[in-house]
Amino acid sequence: MSAFSFSPRRVAAMVLRYWYLLRSSWPRLLELIYWPAVQMLMWGFLQQYVNANASAFARAGGTFIGAVLLWDILFRGQLGFSVSFLEEMWARNLGNLMISPLRPSEFVSALMVMSVVRLAIGMVPVSLLAVAFFGFNVWSLGLALAAFFVNLILTSWAIGIFVSGLVLRNGLGAENLAWTIMFIFLPLTCVYYPVATLPSWLQVIAWTLPPTYVFEGMRALLIEHAFRADLMLEALALNVVLFALAVAAFLALLASARRNGSLMQTGE
Amino acid sequence: MDARTPEPAVAVDRLAKVYKTATAVDGISFSLPAGSITGLLGGNGAGKTTTIAMLMGLVSPTSGTIRVLGAAMPRQRYRVLARMNFESPYVEMPMRLTIRQNLNVFGRLYGVDALGERIARIASELELTDLLDRPTGKLSAGQKTRVSLAKALINTPDLLLLDEPTASLDPDTADWVRARLERYRHEHGATLLIASHNMAEVERMCERVIIMKTGRIEDDDTPANLLKRYGRSTLEDVFLDVARSRGHAAETAS
Repeated sequence: MSAFSFSPRRVAAMVLRYWYLLRSSWPRLLELIYWPAVQMLMWGFLQQYVNANASAFARAGGTFIGAVLLWDILFRGQLGFSVSFLEEMWARNLGNLMISPLRPSEFVSALMVMSVVRLAIGMVPVSLLAVAFFGFNVWSLGLALAAFFVNLILTSWAIGIFVSGLVLRNGLGAENLAWTIMFIFLPLTCVYYPVATLPSWLQVIAWTLPPTYVFEGMRALLIEHAFRADLMLEALALNVVLFALAVAAFLALLASARRNGSLMQTGE
Repeated sequence: MDARTPEPAVAVDRLAKVYKTATAVDGISFSLPAGSITGLLGGNGAGKTTTIAMLMGLVSPTSGTIRVLGAAMPRQRYRVLARMNFESPYVEMPMRLTIRQNLNVFGRLYGVDALGERIARIASELELTDLLDRPTGKLSAGQKTRVSLAKALINTPDLLLLDEPTASLDPDTADWVRARLERYRHEHGATLLIASHNMAEVERMCERVIIMKTGRIEDDDTPANLLKRYGRSTLEDVFLDVARSRGHAAETAS
């Protein structure tokens, strides 16, 4: 019974807890689909406009819709993780969990599972809408989509873990980070334009972020019809480092929360 | 320790907790024999809640040692957390989940076997059977307390920590809760530590009382001995004597 033992049963218990919560509230379910659908429709119609008026390069292969869908994996993945964590803060249930046998690794694993569940609830219907409205089938990307997904979800989890640690340590005063932190990735990871667009010094920073490789890889696939495995492997290597750093930060923040008594409060 | 002496359920030695510049707990030592029921009394800011939080591993001590059910806390917390539990009206259960869902989740977290039967039995004991499928947020204060108690008993804990277990309950419901706790202790031989402001409750339930003030233990004895030594007829008067620093004078006088 060490701190490092891992019980799938406890992970399943936490997933069940979040599933009960989602099931009990239709606005929560609707929220998962609403914004991704609005985003996809807006960018899809913009793509149609560009197709009709711009050069052949700009018209190439649905990059806007692809970027929107992949960006939502990154953004919604992190939000799915962080919101499930915040549910415990809002319910003032964290104390009950922290005195139970639930390990931090099991808690984080349950949050990762819920991030994928919430993402699926939102993204699968929206991806089908993209086919219906714009003839863009993200599923046709096949294995490349799997590589994009793995890299983006790993980044989203790493950010989610770090933000959850901050909220654990600083209380709900840090809640806004969960909603806003990912937006710094929007310009820096070059979601809608090539990295070459950035000034050279900013490109250096962009290439330290795993999602940059994914969005470049997506453009290579849609425009040049080339799957850049090298980019995916580099993103994976960076993600491993980022994930390890996030876990280390989370454990340090949890230890700090135990020292300063913030687990007893879990309020503002 | 003598091999023939059973290990205490809780052993605290020179335990201290300092938050930046504020000392919440100041070098306290006590032990709770297995199967005992002890009251932890003290005014606001006396250090009761921080002490209980350290026993559960929720707060790291600044110095001193804690052994709970044979495990060093907080380092070995995962050896014993499944054998402990906690109830407080100030720690809520998820409101949107039904009672059954909450007990199902916590039962799984605590690794309770035959969980369905356990939930049915505990619901019956705490008169929650008819409410099992109602959302926890739609219950009255008394019903919520019973749900918290059900959660605290779901794993049949050997050590049960209670923080103001009957706060905000009407006298009838509070009495009912106290009776259930006494019965649980009697049937399972569990160790109970109750932090409370309710002197009558402590006097009725506890065989021993630890009185804390500004992070220190000011007194530690049976209710009968405390009443005798302070020359008082109620624990409330004893508490007021200690709170107003007349305790030692009374002790000397007696």
